[in-house]
Amino acid sequence: MSSGLYSTERKDYDKTLDLTRVKPYGDTMNDGKVQLSFTLPVPYGAKAVEAAKQLVKKMGLENPMVVYHTPLDKDFTFFVVYGSSIHTVDYTSIHIEELEIKAMTMEEVNEYIKKHIRRKIVVIGATTGTDAHTVGLDAIMNMKGYAGHYGLERYEMIEAHNLGSQVPNEEFVKKAIELKADALLVSQTVTQKEIHIKNLTHLVELLEAEGIRDKVLLICGGPRITHELAKELGYDAGFGPGKYADDVATFIVTEMVKRGIKGLRDM
Amino acid sequence: MKSKLNLNWDIVNKARECARNVAIDTQKFIDAHTTVAIERTVCRLLGIDGVDDMGIPLPNVVVDNIKNGGGLSLGAAIYIGNAMLYTGLTPQQIAEKIGRNELDLAKIPMADLFEIKLAVQEVAIKTVEKIKENRRKREELLKKYGDKEGPLLYLIVATGNIYEDIVQAQAAARQGADVIAVIRTTGQSLLDYVPYGATTEGFGGTYATQENFRLMRKALDEVSEEVGRYIRLCNYCSGLCMPEIAAMGALERLDVMLNDALYGILFRDINMKRTIIDQYFSRIINGFAGIIINTGEDNYLTTSDAYEEAHTVLASQLINEQFALMAGIPEEQIGLGHAFEMNPDIKNGFLYELAQAQMAREIFPKAPLKYMPPTKYMTGNIFKGHVQDAMFNIVTIMTKQKIHLLGMLTEAIHTPFMSDRALSIESARYIFNNMADIADEIYFKEGGIIQQRANEVLIKAYELLKEIEKEGLFRTLEQGKFAGIKRSMNGGRGLEGVVEKDPNYFNPFIDLMLRGDRQ
Repeated sequence: MSSGLYSTERKDYDKTLDLTRVKPYGDTMNDGKVQLSFTLPVPYGAKAVEAAKQLVKKMGLENPMVVYHTPLDKDFTFFVVYGSSIHTVDYTSIHIEELEIKAMTMEEVNEYIKKHIRRKIVVIGATTGTDAHTVGLDAIMNMKGYAGHYGLERYEMIEAHNLGSQVPNEEFVKKAIELKADALLVSQTVTQKEIHIKNLTHLVELLEAEGIRDKVLLICGGPRITHELAKELGYDAGFGPGKYADDVATFIVTEMVKRGIKGLRDM
Repeated sequence: MKSKLNLNWDIVNKARECARNVAIDTQKFIDAHTTVAIERTVCRLLGIDGVDDMGIPLPNVVVDNIKNGGGLSLGAAIYIGNAMLYTGLTPQQIAEKIGRNELDLAKIPMADLFEIKLAVQEVAIKTVEKIKENRRKREELLKKYGDKEGPLLYLIVATGNIYEDIVQAQAAARQGADVIAVIRTTGQSLLDYVPYGATTEGFGGTYATQENFRLMRKALDEVSEEVGRYIRLCNYCSGLCMPEIAAMGALERLDVMLNDALYGILFRDINMKRTIIDQYFSRIINGFAGIIINTGEDNYLTTSDAYEEAHTVLASQLINEQFALMAGIPEEQIGLGHAFEMNPDIKNGFLYELAQAQMAREIFPKAPLKYMPPTKYMTGNIFKGHVQDAMFNIVTIMTKQKIHLLGMLTEAIHTPFMSDRALSIESARYIFNNMADIADEIYFKEGGIIQQRANEVLIKAYELLKEIEKEGLFRTLEQGKFAGIKRSMNGGRGLEGVVEKDPNYFNPFIDLMLRGDRQ
């Protein structure tokens, strides 16, 4: 029988929640339990296990337990390791720029545009750079939408243009001007060696060079995009997993009104 | 195999007949045209390789020379043959001379056509023999190691560096992979030339070059010997250089090629005429070389809904099958594609996936079906992702899919870690072993959800094929019937590379490969 079922580990630490000193939670407050898996480029064996333990300790996890290890190839060993974090964070002192919008429905967005903007707005979207994935972009743009949330193409008051994948940034900017866009959506799905960061930054630079960065809303999205990262890169918003077309539409229309964004109509 | 789905075979036959008529109709157009890619392929098959001083591949140099002289409608073989008679040089030496501006094919007086064809034929037969030899070698190795029963585990490497790819591929083979696919670098499909030599840089993949093919083949032959299994090599025979890649693969003994008749049109916006003409010659080569083609129907389901659009997959499979048969590919080499891409929230979604996979199995009994894992609904929750992949593995073993593309628990996060591949192989092997004979042990309930679903998809596919038959393939593509993507007849990339054939057009390889003896 697995000894894990009957933990004999000492639990003499303070078990009350202190938000100024937050630790990971396994099954007991403040136990600090973390599970991780990784591969080391060393041959399988006792020495490999010791190497994994030492590494995990350096990561700030005490009592490391290598619960599983297996050779992946001649000189590679895979580990599953548990440990208890010695670090804590002060949750109360964290301030995050979180995008807090209550999404309007498609109908509400259409009404909002009619009432406050009084013309159709133009939204263009593309997966830029070398990325060939359109899953995220399609979820936001396509008529059909995703998970029951209709895409922007279905919005009566939105003229949505899905430019597809692998659109060079230069081409994207050209299209934005040509189509007189109000909002630009950039999707980045699969990325290697942080190429998406470079690509996203490059687009901002191009828009600035054209002198149109402030005339449009610039939004990025994708599984590895957070609002915070987006802001840091010079975007107006970032949408990660669990966000749908109505979230994006609501942000665009309210922000356009709030900031008096006119788009590229008069260029 | 006894049908488990109680399929309406009358409708299956009618649907197949529609697809056949679509292919026959389109073939008239194909037979009347050639492309720059096809003529570059003829150059390659006549032994032209390498690059000029500017780094331009010699097949491009030669074909551009012929095109500029206005002679492409006769085919590259005539010009090369003519130059061989006139100069006494080999095709490679002729190409090098053109590259140095020492020769212009258009300026050489045209010899007797019969003599030209005779000269070309002699070179062509040597290449064809070499490809046959590769075929024999594959068969010999498969015999030596014994080919695998049950699903082949298909894994991807995508480092961008061929030497790093080799490390990953060999590790994957030791862990249990049966097919190694080297993902191509982003954007290669849109290049109207094939890069030359070994390459170490690419985005999300590695350039398909003949040298890279050779290096990986050699590495896989080594690891095959080590593990006592024949490890198949797969690459991507698509894009603007479809037939050239086929030729390179045939010469370097690749075993599997992604090779879809419609993929480039729909997903890479390559001109439809160009792709349709190119796919034919590429498939003649693949068929002759004993290479299994994989079609790309799975892609439809990543852009449109897997439940609602299931019938477009079947319709496309039937069309792909007919185009492949037209190009002389035997059923045993037609690896039609489909995918496990239904929204996991659908009630009974697994039953529908099962119904569709079993339907493909029964309608294409000899095809080594390629089954693709979930990607669209992979979320970053790696734990759930591993379960989704397990469900997918179960469908494969329950419905006898052949080429099983392993799902990665980290799909949608990053290109796979070495450990992701290992976990994926471990899960597949566990399921395939634990449920090895389940397919022969079960029947589906008469008139139940699974049987009903399969017949429903079949009927819708037939309706669609009837429409396509009426409209013709090109107009159907213009209307956006596949994957909801509309493409115009003269839009997209590569149309400028399409040429109408002269009555005297000559390509020795079509006859040699299509009607020639394969043993």
